[in-house]
Amino acid sequence: MRCQVCKKAAATVHLTQIVENQVKKVDLCEACAKEKGVNDPTGFSLADLLLGLGAAQKMEEATTATGAEVVCPDCGFTQADFKKSGRLGCSKCYEVFADGLDALLKGMHKGTQHKGKVPPAVRRTADVRAKLTQIETDLKAAIAREDFEQAATLRDELKHAKKAAQEA
Amino acid sequence: MNVLDFLITPAEACKRTGPHDQIVFSSRVRLARNLKGLPFPGHAKKADRLKAFEALMPAVAGLPQMGEAPFAEAMDKLSAMDKQLLVERHLISREHAAKNAGSGFVLNQEETVCVMVNEEDHLRMQALRPGLQLKQAWLAIDAVDSSLQERVEVAYAERYGFLTACPTNLGTGIRVSAMLHLPGLVLAEQINQIIQAVNKLGLAVRGLYGEGTEALGNIFQVSNQMTLGESESDIVERLNKVLLQIIEHEENARLKQVAEKPKVVFNHIGRAYGVLSQSHSISSKETMNLLSLLRLGVDLGMFGPTPKSLVDELFLCSQPAHLQIGHPEKLDAEARDAFRADLLRQRMKAVPGPDHTKVASKPE
Repeated sequence: MRCQVCKKAAATVHLTQIVENQVKKVDLCEACAKEKGVNDPTGFSLADLLLGLGAAQKMEEATTATGAEVVCPDCGFTQADFKKSGRLGCSKCYEVFADGLDALLKGMHKGTQHKGKVPPAVRRTADVRAKLTQIETDLKAAIAREDFEQAATLRDELKHAKKAAQEA
Repeated sequence: MNVLDFLITPAEACKRTGPHDQIVFSSRVRLARNLKGLPFPGHAKKADRLKAFEALMPAVAGLPQMGEAPFAEAMDKLSAMDKQLLVERHLISREHAAKNAGSGFVLNQEETVCVMVNEEDHLRMQALRPGLQLKQAWLAIDAVDSSLQERVEVAYAERYGFLTACPTNLGTGIRVSAMLHLPGLVLAEQINQIIQAVNKLGLAVRGLYGEGTEALGNIFQVSNQMTLGESESDIVERLNKVLLQIIEHEENARLKQVAEKPKVVFNHIGRAYGVLSQSHSISSKETMNLLSLLRLGVDLGMFGPTPKSLVDELFLCSQPAHLQIGHPEKLDAEARDAFRADLLRQRMKAVPGPDHTKVASKPE
């Protein structure tokens, strides 16, 4: 087995970490393990290590499938850049390199779907959309049960809500 | 604007108190954000970096949460010493200190909120609190972030959340951390076990100045690593639980060491007092390690009414840039070691000699 960092020497240090029931493994040669501070418990964490190598590898796998090298059309960022820096170039890169990234993110985080804060503006748009959908559903239900008086009220309400959403 | 004139004095800064502050120096929550439509700073051309800088500096400085007349300056306008001072106060990262034109720094007067512009991301915003106050710090920075997002549009995707230059920060962009003083666990040789256990929970333990730094003075930083797939409040809550456990272990380790090996503990503390009050040349590293023991002695009641804020102030004032204050010529390491020893001898006069009989001999 070869070292995952230098890809030359034989791997003699094998690390396993279990985080949230996911097993993460790294195989390193002694020199790379030392360089990465594996023996120093204060400085070492597997996620940092995984980022450096797993990411580039997974992206490589994803792109060799298609053949051509992937370049971000917005910022000109390439896989080689990612391999070198472990960073992406711009927001668009997250779409361009999505295939390889997903596997990487799975190993790095608790999930691959954001569950945290939503920007205030996005939340407001979502609230308005949810409200419109609710009125439409109620309207259909009112028509179905032939409650036309209620339907007329809802139709007006929908019209107002749509107008307000456009003005906002 | 002069950094030194703006900053709160070390004496004042160290007088701040918070819950569990015998063990927890400070809590901080950092959020990473980027502007929509501009490449991340590390990959941006100068023009794009300047565009982000020019849009963000006034937007951040004008936030209601930054209060009256915040400090706002471009990094190239700060001297090397100013930058080092800010690093020693934990207000900017070492990486940010190396930045020049196109990067900036904003700090409120209370020094509870600070923002780095064009570090690794366009925005690195953090809230600081003394002691263990992670939730308060999160709520504070959440408010800053929300009002800033009314002024600028940030990069966000429904799936991945807030987009960051490094995928390790993706999603919430949150880094929740606390700085801990753990001499008991170090003396009891239990610290490595604790670090390993904490690592297994997906949390990171680092040294005093963050990533890749040594744990000088028995000071450790514990922080979350995962930022995607979990909400901010869950992350804060989880870290808080772990920290409460570490605090308990540290308290137990101290009691146990005093009960089982009192001579070892008193010997370490007594010698630390001796060297700190009598040396004529002392390195920064040795100072930190001895001050850690002095602080432990203060916590144990060995130094009478000496406040721990005095020890914390010495921690800060014995750092290289803080020592440089008041010396127009650049001090070399040798001169600093001498000035550091002078400062310590002077300030240690206010600390009465250690009295081990004042230490409660049995754990309650």
